[in-house]
Amino acid sequence: MSTLYFVDHDRGEITETVLEGLTAARAIDSAVAAVTVGAAGDGLADKLFEYGAAAVHQIHHDELTDYAPAAWSDAVSELATSVGATAVIGVGTDRGSEVMAHVAAAMDLPLVANCIDIDASNDIWEMTRVRWGGSLHERARLEASVKLVTIAPHSAEATPVGASGTVTEFVPTLGDGAAVTRIVDRVTTEEGITLATAPVVVSGGRGVGSAEAFAPLEELAELLGGAVGCSRVVTNSGWKNHKYQVGQTGTVIAPDVYIACGISGAIQHWVGMMASKNVIAINTDPLAPMVTKAEYAVIADLHEVVPAIAAEILRRRG
Amino acid sequence: MRILTCVKRVPAPGAKIVVTADGQSIDTNMLGFAVSPHEECAAEEAIQQIEQHGGSSTVMTLGPGEAEEQLRTVISVGINEAVLLTTDGSDWDPMATARALTAAIQEIEASDGPFDMIFFGNESADSGGYQVGIRVARALGRPMVTGIKGVDVADGKVTARRDTPTGSEVYELPLPAVLGIKEGINLPRYPTLKGRLGAKKVEIKVMDAAHQESGQSMVTLAAPPSQETPTEILGHGADAAPAVVDVLEEIGAL
Amino acid sequence: MSDLPSSAKVVVVGAGIVGNAVVKHLAALGWTNILQIDKGPLPNPGGSTGHASNFIFPVDHNKEMAMLTLDSQRQYEEMGVNTFSGGIEVARTEERMEEFRRRMTSAKAWGIDSEMLTPDQVKEKVPFIDETVLVGGWYCPSVSVVDSLQAGTLMRQYALDKGALSISPVTEVLNIKVEDGQVAGVETDKGYVVAEHVVIACGVWSPRIAEMAGATIPLTPAVHQMIDVGPIEVLQETNNEIGYPIVRDMDTFCYERQTGGSMEVGSYAHRPIFHHPNTIPSIEASRLSPTELPLTEDDFDPQLEQAIELMPMLGDAEIKYGINGLLSLTPDAMPLVGESVEVRNLWSCAAIWIKEGPGTGKAIAEWMTYGYPEIDPHASDVSRFYESQRSEEHILDRCAEHFNKTYGIVHPREQWASRRDLHMSSLHERTSALGAVFFEAGKWERPHWYESNEGLLEKYAGQLPEAREHEWDSRWWSPIQNAEHLAMRDSVGMVDLTAFAMFDVTGPGAVDYMNHMTVNQVDRPIGSGIYTPLLNELGGFRSDLTVLRMGDDHYRVVTGGFDGPRDSYWFQKWLPVDGSVTFEDITDQVCTVGVWGPNARKLVEKVADGDVSNDAFPYGKVREMNIGGVAVTMLRISYVGELGWEITCAMEDGPALWDALWEAGQEFGVAPIGAGVYGTSGRLEKGYRLMGAELESEYNPVEAGLARPRVKSADFIGKAAYLKARDEEVAAQVCTLTVESHRSSSGVSRQMMGGNEPILTLDGERILDSHGRVSRVTSAGMGPSVGRYLLLAYLPPEHAVEGTDLQVMYQNELFPVKVARVGSQPLFDPDDDRMKV
Repeated sequence: MSTLYFVDHDRGEITETVLEGLTAARAIDSAVAAVTVGAAGDGLADKLFEYGAAAVHQIHHDELTDYAPAAWSDAVSELATSVGATAVIGVGTDRGSEVMAHVAAAMDLPLVANCIDIDASNDIWEMTRVRWGGSLHERARLEASVKLVTIAPHSAEATPVGASGTVTEFVPTLGDGAAVTRIVDRVTTEEGITLATAPVVVSGGRGVGSAEAFAPLEELAELLGGAVGCSRVVTNSGWKNHKYQVGQTGTVIAPDVYIACGISGAIQHWVGMMASKNVIAINTDPLAPMVTKAEYAVIADLHEVVPAIAAEILRRRG
Repeated sequence: MRILTCVKRVPAPGAKIVVTADGQSIDTNMLGFAVSPHEECAAEEAIQQIEQHGGSSTVMTLGPGEAEEQLRTVISVGINEAVLLTTDGSDWDPMATARALTAAIQEIEASDGPFDMIFFGNESADSGGYQVGIRVARALGRPMVTGIKGVDVADGKVTARRDTPTGSEVYELPLPAVLGIKEGINLPRYPTLKGRLGAKKVEIKVMDAAHQESGQSMVTLAAPPSQETPTEILGHGADAAPAVVDVLEEIGAL
Repeated sequence: MSDLPSSAKVVVVGAGIVGNAVVKHLAALGWTNILQIDKGPLPNPGGSTGHASNFIFPVDHNKEMAMLTLDSQRQYEEMGVNTFSGGIEVARTEERMEEFRRRMTSAKAWGIDSEMLTPDQVKEKVPFIDETVLVGGWYCPSVSVVDSLQAGTLMRQYALDKGALSISPVTEVLNIKVEDGQVAGVETDKGYVVAEHVVIACGVWSPRIAEMAGATIPLTPAVHQMIDVGPIEVLQETNNEIGYPIVRDMDTFCYERQTGGSMEVGSYAHRPIFHHPNTIPSIEASRLSPTELPLTEDDFDPQLEQAIELMPMLGDAEIKYGINGLLSLTPDAMPLVGESVEVRNLWSCAAIWIKEGPGTGKAIAEWMTYGYPEIDPHASDVSRFYESQRSEEHILDRCAEHFNKTYGIVHPREQWASRRDLHMSSLHERTSALGAVFFEAGKWERPHWYESNEGLLEKYAGQLPEAREHEWDSRWWSPIQNAEHLAMRDSVGMVDLTAFAMFDVTGPGAVDYMNHMTVNQVDRPIGSGIYTPLLNELGGFRSDLTVLRMGDDHYRVVTGGFDGPRDSYWFQKWLPVDGSVTFEDITDQVCTVGVWGPNARKLVEKVADGDVSNDAFPYGKVREMNIGGVAVTMLRISYVGELGWEITCAMEDGPALWDALWEAGQEFGVAPIGAGVYGTSGRLEKGYRLMGAELESEYNPVEAGLARPRVKSADFIGKAAYLKARDEEVAAQVCTLTVESHRSSSGVSRQMMGGNEPILTLDGERILDSHGRVSRVTSAGMGPSVGRYLLLAYLPPEHAVEGTDLQVMYQNELFPVKVARVGSQPLFDPDDDRMKV
């Protein structure tokens, strides 16, 4: 078995999710080799070794400066062919999913997306993958000369093993215009804590009632060094931009604490935050699914209790 | 400008998914069907682009005859034409789907001229393979970006915006191009009564689709194991605030 | 909220509008230890209440429904959750305008203001209507919208505040335990509760819960489609929940109801779509709620076009929400209320809509407390169905037939098309050969008139009333009925009475038991036939029927086909627990032929093997004989005022009996006689009362003119109330009125139906008695032998005076009437000479 793991990085930065994927890949093949594309990723090698990569391939090419979906994928495909890889694994992030789909299309092979459990002990792989954003599990089979899969985010905990290995460079040929589609600009609208990575998320649902009524939630999030999130109802009502939306069609997150304020907890929302380590539900309805599934709950009107929590934090901080 | 939007008929999202006893499909008896949410936004984006730039829009789906319902839904909000690639109703894997769509697009473009843009949803709500659009784009030899929440067309190029945790990244693609649209790019409109009635009269082009096996197959479907967490009630009303802060301290969130 | 108690006086299953009304009114009547459970969360557990359109059109042709609706509206108003929006029904056809005239009449009867509108007047009230598609409208200012969820919360709170109620939401009933035919307890997913009573108020799920106890609640969940369209500027501008009258577009079976800035369009026009209580999705598996299923758009599309026709502005409005909403339908479109037939203390309160919810909740609470409600609920009584009418086939076929009549024009005599020819007398072959036109009587096919009698029209040409000029008045009717009547009074007629329900009551306790059930003394010599009222605990009419003393320990009960199931339930409910009395329903085993007319004795004595002379077989007696080789039981009695007998034999012997009588009757010109004579013209001339018309629980035997001079010493159900009524001044009496002119203002002759047409003073005022009961026509029909068109109605003493001139409203026009008889004295043969010769 020769397994490659595609590392989704942005100018040399990676998220916890990418390390989770590496942990999962290592479980399939302890000799997994991590692949970084572009010189900006070179600095990740040590981290990748720490999290279990047995080797690191660094792909270098003039066209591969910043992220370019097709070009990055072509480079990975070329490497896979070159090293005779029998499996290429990615993680189900935006870029991970995108690159792996391009690789699959280029190699004309099937790609099984968002796996949470893979049995690679036989020639035909059997795996469990998530559908409906996680509210349904599919048992699937994959038969292919090169196995292509992505790992569902938050399906494994990133675990360091402190290994080391060799770094090899690979220079792909890349056809003309491979990088025709590339990032031409970046707009930073948000400083500091973001929804996807915040350790604490204070999230509001239908019970918040209006755009203005989010102010106490924002205040509490700030006090806790966290971010604000919301449910789909909030987005559809125009109270918050879609980028704050947590759930199947929004952002999937795994914070340390998720404080759900006035969110009933429909399945499509739940699958977006079920990886949270602790859930505190604030709801007037003691029977709301969010309340019954949460570790902690307060039966209260969020408009009363959220400011009270903020006040209590301030009081304790003196 | 000509824009094609590819949509998928999926069981209407919003409820707990119930698997049939044989584990082979979802119980849709009482669910009804819908256009997958990202694709609903893709169709809306197509309508808005055509409103802005002029031209015509087409919707295409691969599915059973009943998928005509979703095509008419999309027509009722403003898409002009519809193409149905009929299957026997079974769930096609992404490779087979992409091949059938590609063949149909090529056939239509050969007679009616090329599409300037082809929109897909970022991923389907039900199977979530994250790949059909990319496979079609590569087969057609066109550039593609996914996760798109902003589209601007000017000077033969499309500028597409994708959200990142801290803001957005901007891509430029030469036309013709393919985009994977994500919910949040717009708020899709509802059909008007007249729109709904008008959509009934539009003729749908029906084409046969050929299925090709790939190496991926479904064995069974199952609900995820439920994790029963005992809920600790911290209190009622504003008086519960200190107990909440205690918990936050305990977790280390303060 | 509280944990599940281990026992409760009563468990109310369901927290929709009905369950909430039940717990409120039980608490108000002093019940404690009430437990209410629902499998869904509060305040909206996901049943039909949660998506109801929440409006009330108070006018109904049916008195019971009108009274329950008015009471409900009053309750909503008291709770502060009622908003009078006004409502307009619009007509696109002249036929509908005629129906509106009937609406005006019913509105007048119940004291509800309403008026007819021209298309221009409709537009004044609803400016966004295209009045050019309309013929006219009918406006009712007291149409209202209610907040049924808030009402439910307030009603639960009332019971909670009284300390009478505990509530356990998200609690699912798994089983209902029954011991010795009586409710014992309720098994739930949260534990077992010992219970004395269980009320099933579960809407579309009710049959499933009842089945757990081995009981039936015959309803089906059915789809009512509705969509919400908007926003619409003109509606947003009213800045309230509802600023324009609700519009019912009656000829398209649709309504348009403002909800804030949007318009809700609902339909009863689509194909009937039924679900099964067991396949309704769970709360989690529902996108909106278990009773808000996905809209099947194709079914609704025709209504979109019609809605745009009526309100062009809707064309550009967006469809924001659409559902196949589930509601409950029953075989006859009436609710299912009362104690179940199968299990004591298991109560049904189902198939009830928002508009009658609180009133029905109050009614069942009274029923459970006092034995019967104040408003007579006999048309809603869950015990009204024959067993075959509780079958799924019957429910679905009948509901499919009447669903599209929800906004339809339903004639008072209208007959069902589905589920016919299932229960036929063994005489059916004979009667159909004679051209019988069959009406449904209970479950039975019963001849209403005979086409073979058409020749009688010529024979009696000079004596027949004038022809009916209006199609509505002559629908489901034939002039042959009057000719048959005259033929019977002239010579002799034969009537198929197989639809009678009959019960055999036997055993050592039979005499005491029967005397406990009946008002009149039934401990009479063997061979006696005794007519008697049956009362409820409050002294109101429960039934009237004939009891035959067949032996020392053997009675036979003969009752009407329409009342058979209710009476069967009532008799069985009171059977002594010691087993000393046995009840057997022999309805399906026997058939009966009535022979009446001046030549009846001559006919019968030709074929009977016994003495039928007046001395040997006087009026009111029962004799066993043999006719044409058939063993028969004969009762000398008459509901048409003629000499004659009800002759009963085994079902299979029916044809032989019929043939013997028929042959013997040829020399007298015997005619087959339909129920049009038996049930209407014959009885009206004799002033005989009919259960369900004059006789109902809101009136007592004194008022009905059926009180006997003496009261038996034995105790019987309702005796105390009956004794009290005898001592009180009578508040109203049944009177026979004659119609003095049939000419309407348009010059067309009209004939009333007996459908609650109000009796008015010469000033056009309604007449109310001292209990607030309105005078209205309870029965109507021609009396061919007295040459007058007859109406029966209760009148208070000041009007119950022979010769008093009054008016009747019919189809929104006034006709002069005169009080011809007060009390039980008939117009025809007042001394009963003809019957007793």
